[in-house]
Amino acid sequence: MTLGRVVGTIVATRKDARLEGHTLLIVKPVTPDGKEEAGYLIAVDTVGAGNRELVFTVGGSSARMASGCKDKPVDCVIVGIVDGVSMDAAR
Amino acid sequence: MQLGRVVGRIWASVKNPGLEAQRLLLVQPVTPDLSASGKVVICTDCTGAGSGEVVYWVRGREASFPFQPGEVPTDATVVGIVDELHVGGGGA
Amino acid sequence: MQIGRVIGDISATQKHPSHEGKTILLVQPLGLDGSATGNPVAAVDGVKAGVGDKVLLVYDGFAAFTTVGLKPSPIDTAVIGIIDRVELFSETGAPVGAAAAPQQKHKQKAR
Repeated sequence: MTLGRVVGTIVATRKDARLEGHTLLIVKPVTPDGKEEAGYLIAVDTVGAGNRELVFTVGGSSARMASGCKDKPVDCVIVGIVDGVSMDAAR
Repeated sequence: MQLGRVVGRIWASVKNPGLEAQRLLLVQPVTPDLSASGKVVICTDCTGAGSGEVVYWVRGREASFPFQPGEVPTDATVVGIVDELHVGGGGA
Repeated sequence: MQIGRVIGDISATQKHPSHEGKTILLVQPLGLDGSATGNPVAAVDGVKAGVGDKVLLVYDGFAAFTTVGLKPSPIDTAVIGIIDRVELFSETGAPVGAAAAPQQKHKQKAR
């Protein structure tokens, strides 16, 4: 799973019928200390994530295992909103 | 599967129901000489691995297999804690 | 998933039988600023997109082949939506007007 920050939304009226009712958010991957990394992901939201929130996403065919996404054409899903990150000091 | 070191943890109270009660570890992929290589990933865990431990983890759909018949939406899972690592045939 | 722009299509006579009758689009993946990133990809069309459309690309095999109503078949990329608008949030959380406006302009030009 990847740590990321919600940075935007995608509006698409014409889309696969199985995506109806799902929010598509743009997620910028970040390191555990909060630095933004290159690239972006477009993910289906299953947790009600908002603007600039720190979230984590699951990708690939595992994404369809998230509840609400069974047998849907998705490859990336937001599955959690991060409360806290703790890093090993010795790292 | 890849080698990694557990470098932290993540807490999330709002999450997909499939991830309920799952511990989430931050794992730094490492090379056989244990130096960091690549991005830190968030892994579910089926071994009880803790901070600083060297582990091996699996990526992809297979990552959810340890939790079957449950349907856990994960693409990376720690599946073993490394006790010893031998590189090369000569012995140290 | 990723944003892309349809830049063409591919026709092929010799191809996997499961691809018969399907449109294969040539799609240029885009960054958030609208610039091209990486090489164009061949994607099966699930939404009747046309050249110039900004589209939603999905890279998972299952997602790709079910989108076009196929049984397991050798397809790993599909177009599953036509993007009307990309909204980016500012650091403070408000929508970024400057980022949204060019998208709109671009869309008009494309259609």
